[in-house]
Amino acid sequence: MSDVVEKTLTALPGLFESQTGAAKITNRLRQLIKSITELTSKHEEENLIKRELSAIKEQVSSPNTTMKQMREIMVRAMYCEMLGYDASFTYIHAIKLAQQGGVLEKRVGYLAVSLFLNEGHELLLLLVNTVLKDLQSTNLIEVCMALTVVAQVFPKDMIPAVLPLVEDKLSHPKEIIRRKAVLALYKFYLIAPNQVQHIHAKFCKALSDKDPGVMASSLHIYLQLIRESPDSYKDLTGSFVTILKQVLGGKLPVDFNYHSVPAPWLQIQLLRILSLLGKEDQSTSELMYEVLDESLRRAEMNHNITYAILYECVKAVYTIHPKAELLEKAARCIGNFVLSPKINLKYLGLKALTYVVQHDAKLALQHQMTIIECLDHSDFTIKRETLELLFRITNAQNVTVIVEKMLDFLCYVPIKTLTFAPDNSWFIQTMNDVFSIGGDLLQQDDPNNFLRLLAEGKPEEDDQLRLYAVESYLTVLKGHTSHLPQCFLQVMSWVLGEYAHLQESVDRREVIRLLTQLLDQRSVSSETRVWILSALTKIPEGQTDLILDLAESLSSSQDTVLRQQAQELRHLSQDSQLREWVLVENSCAVDSSLSFLDGFVSEALAAGAAPYKPPHQRQEELSLNLEPYSFSLPVSLSSCSITDRQSPTLLSVSSGLSGNSAELSTLILEGVKRVWGKDGYLPQKEATAPPVDEPSAAVQPASQQEAAERIEPRPEPSTQNQDKQQLASSLFVGLGVGSSVSLLGKSEAPPPRFRKKPRPHESSSSSGTSKRSSDSSSRSSRNTTDSFLYGSFPEEEPATSISTFDHTPKSTTANGLSQNKDTKEDRHANTSQILGGDMVIVRPSTIQDKHPPSVSSDLTALLPADLKDLPHSDVISLTSDPSLSLSSCRLFRDEALLLVIFISNCTETVIKDVAVQLTCEELKVCTGNVMDCLEARSTSVCHYALLMDDPHTNVSLTGTVSYQTQPGHTNTLPFSGTLSTADFIRPLVVTTEEYGKLWLSLSHDVKQNLKLLTDAGDPLRTTLNALKDALQLHVVDIIGSEGIVACRLLSGAPCLLHCRVNGAALAMWLRSPHPALPDFILYHCQRALAHH
Amino acid sequence: MIKFLLMVNKQGQTRLSRYYEQVELGKRASLEADVVRGCLARRKEECSFVEFKDYKLVYRQYAALFIVVGITENENELSIYELVHNFVEVLDKYFSRVSELDIMFSLDKVHIILDEMILNGHIVETNKTRILAPLLALDKMAES
Repeated sequence: MSDVVEKTLTALPGLFESQTGAAKITNRLRQLIKSITELTSKHEEENLIKRELSAIKEQVSSPNTTMKQMREIMVRAMYCEMLGYDASFTYIHAIKLAQQGGVLEKRVGYLAVSLFLNEGHELLLLLVNTVLKDLQSTNLIEVCMALTVVAQVFPKDMIPAVLPLVEDKLSHPKEIIRRKAVLALYKFYLIAPNQVQHIHAKFCKALSDKDPGVMASSLHIYLQLIRESPDSYKDLTGSFVTILKQVLGGKLPVDFNYHSVPAPWLQIQLLRILSLLGKEDQSTSELMYEVLDESLRRAEMNHNITYAILYECVKAVYTIHPKAELLEKAARCIGNFVLSPKINLKYLGLKALTYVVQHDAKLALQHQMTIIECLDHSDFTIKRETLELLFRITNAQNVTVIVEKMLDFLCYVPIKTLTFAPDNSWFIQTMNDVFSIGGDLLQQDDPNNFLRLLAEGKPEEDDQLRLYAVESYLTVLKGHTSHLPQCFLQVMSWVLGEYAHLQESVDRREVIRLLTQLLDQRSVSSETRVWILSALTKIPEGQTDLILDLAESLSSSQDTVLRQQAQELRHLSQDSQLREWVLVENSCAVDSSLSFLDGFVSEALAAGAAPYKPPHQRQEELSLNLEPYSFSLPVSLSSCSITDRQSPTLLSVSSGLSGNSAELSTLILEGVKRVWGKDGYLPQKEATAPPVDEPSAAVQPASQQEAAERIEPRPEPSTQNQDKQQLASSLFVGLGVGSSVSLLGKSEAPPPRFRKKPRPHESSSSSGTSKRSSDSSSRSSRNTTDSFLYGSFPEEEPATSISTFDHTPKSTTANGLSQNKDTKEDRHANTSQILGGDMVIVRPSTIQDKHPPSVSSDLTALLPADLKDLPHSDVISLTSDPSLSLSSCRLFRDEALLLVIFISNCTETVIKDVAVQLTCEELKVCTGNVMDCLEARSTSVCHYALLMDDPHTNVSLTGTVSYQTQPGHTNTLPFSGTLSTADFIRPLVVTTEEYGKLWLSLSHDVKQNLKLLTDAGDPLRTTLNALKDALQLHVVDIIGSEGIVACRLLSGAPCLLHCRVNGAALAMWLRSPHPALPDFILYHCQRALAHH
Repeated sequence: MIKFLLMVNKQGQTRLSRYYEQVELGKRASLEADVVRGCLARRKEECSFVEFKDYKLVYRQYAALFIVVGITENENELSIYELVHNFVEVLDKYFSRVSELDIMFSLDKVHIILDEMILNGHIVETNKTRILAPLLALDKMAES
């Protein structure tokens, strides 16, 4: 489409003059179009069309009008109707034209019929004969157009007349005829299902038609049939799966492709059918897993239409009987959507998420930050869809925050959400806010629903709610009331009228006084006045004097309705018998919507009257002038004539996507700017820093200090980000498994304790401990080297006997970890997240293995069986004192970094109440652990799963272990250490195609030249392998002098690296959805290469 | 399901309207005005979908002309968005570089093309060759 050159308007006058080419039109139509383009006001339009209609009238009744002219007349009539003017006198001529015209005229006649007449129009009966005749015509084009019109408008009663003919066409040699016949039968099925019951077998034949078009049109019928009774069509699942497979496999002719995607709309249709068939049916679902998987995989092109298919596919995966593997893939797809910088995709992602969270609310957790961002999005549609999403995940814990967000959104508060209201006062208070902020923008239903909610409850249960409402409204009315919206005043007066008597302590005179006061305000509308008067009527008698005064003052009102009500009020208050009789049910219905006028209004509207607009709206519109012909800029009002209009009215047809698809197919990533010199500036800077995986560096205090000086300032998380995370935590509370986990870190749950009988134990030096604690705290600030440093007292390895805590893998670890996984997004963390910080994973064992002291160096042997096989770092001693020694190692799990701490008792006695407290800077709480006692010469193992949300070069960990050697005598032993981003990076296994797709969707990039390792054969390969070893990267592909590498941060953010050999340097280009991640990864790459 | 398809220019003038669900003649003009107002109010960086009454609008702008499709909630917005483009590509193929004036002068033909693509609110054909086949045959017969 790129070669399209827009026509310029300079060609316009010529177009009018010449009557050649495609725009071969007659004088009158040309004149009409010209006049229409020149219109400047509604008034002019009316005059023009009036003139036109009378001209048409004259022409059609003239016997000399040819069919050719009639065709042009029909187009003119179409224009008149399109602009909203009745041209019903031409309808009969449309039918005549279809009857008598040549092929083109006939088609226009049919077209006019389908545009002008709706089903059930009596004139359609006159068309039946024409249709019958054309269906039997030898001219295929005539058959074609007859079938088209039959599928559009055809009188229901006459279906039997054409049905046999249409059925015959199902076996017509021409595909277009068969296709149209199927569509006509579909229409018949919709309007008269009984008539086509006998031909279901023929639908089946159409489904297996050799022409893909015929097959595709039969899918409309099947979608409908399956929607109605899915069970009857399960046997067709195999066929639909096969069809989809063939489409995916590119078996259709190329002209079915749209932007090189094979028959996308057909795919969507098939996916819809499959999801209906597989819903709640495991065996049927199993048939389609493979093709759905393929469909998810095939959609590799970065074009809107593939995303449209993906969306449908994700929906199908979540509708049918679940399969874990597919769900995971689909969930990842949703990630691509919501994280996309393209707003349309983001929208569809939110929509998919809204659908999916109904099946699995936890998915919302993965995207909570995106959801928060979308909540504040400037685009109304995005915001609205996000609220819809939040509405679906509303629960008792997050309702207050979610409703608050909805309030911000003003006019959209489904009262239904409020059924989760935690208590009455909050509910009433929130509704007060809704009414006073949202006010008259609320939908009519909302106040009504609210009142119904109040009214329909059981008296005993809801009296408290009502009482609270009365109290709260009295308080509101005592304040300033002039700014309150009318609907709120109405709600208040209704509630006070109905329920004021519930509140014994309230003086009725006071209520009457407050309500009367409202009547005096000028801002109160007359509708509200009626509500108020009704309320006053309902307030029990006894205050006749006040009421009479009021009635007196209103009896001279100019408003007749008020005058009448005042009279009624007076009568009722004077005649208590009548009053009792009238108000027996205590219900006084006021038709506030004036629905008795609806008939009148709709009549007036149908006759062309403008819909009523309240005065303020009318005022706004004055300046905007929104009438159809004049609501653009005022300039265009005068310059709208066809000759001098310079604005481009031509269509430019270009697909904004073609550029993208070109980019992705080749992945030419040129243009890596060589901003920095070949030497770079970082390698020598980092030269002395300890290598990532050399724990020995940990014991060199000197190098620590150097490292501390070298370290880059750690970026502080912005307060805005913190706000968002706080919001996220309060919105998504209760979605994980442990719904009691407080996301704000205010965990009320006490740390789990291991209970055991206390045993006497000898004391150890507490003075030494306190000294060390101060020592260690000062040290913790220095411990910023890249390696995993824990403490600096490695002098002893004191354990003489080690006993490990038995690990019961299935019951505790498995549970504990899967729980952790579920709630991982739940937890609040600024830098890293600590999962399962409690010791639930490790339980004190009853069986204690005795190990000889010599084994102490190989503490890893103590790891629980399921962790033993994981890649791990060396064991480092953290800290020790005469009684206890702590060491740790890091285990690289796929979903988290496990920090394992070995606590060894070096004494011959039992140590009690051993509690480990692990804290990470910027991390609010790490649950402390207490184990009742640690047997003599034994070692216990506990581990923590850590996640890093926001990358930092290094994260400091500090912790304390407290224990009792004697009852009541607690010792504490501090320790500290550092973790680097590199520990949190895992390979991201993607294919080259996926890489290309992902690359385009990522926004943050960083480019830099790095050192190229030239010591071995292939420099690029050597360098990439070195990086891979150091940083756990995944080398996706190496093509010539370019290599692509992918990794991800544990919490999910991917980072893609594109490397190109550029002379003696390696030009690296990193991209990630996370703004800071590329920087950190680059930093670690530099270090790894510098140390190689 | 598709409820209607409109072609409206920036000045709010309707160039083509096709309703797949009956809307009274008298109500169409105000509905169309509301629709265009809804689309014109949107900024470029906002998404191409707007909520409108109880359905969704999918719109796409080509020069000064908006093509707006009203759809039900269960429809796939993005697929409609691309359907619009497919429609324009077909028009472009037929008129070779289509312009607003082409559409005005050949209102009937644009309708015939549209009828091949959308029937009763369902997408029935998206293959460009097949969409144009009946119309091209008509043209041929009319010429001879």
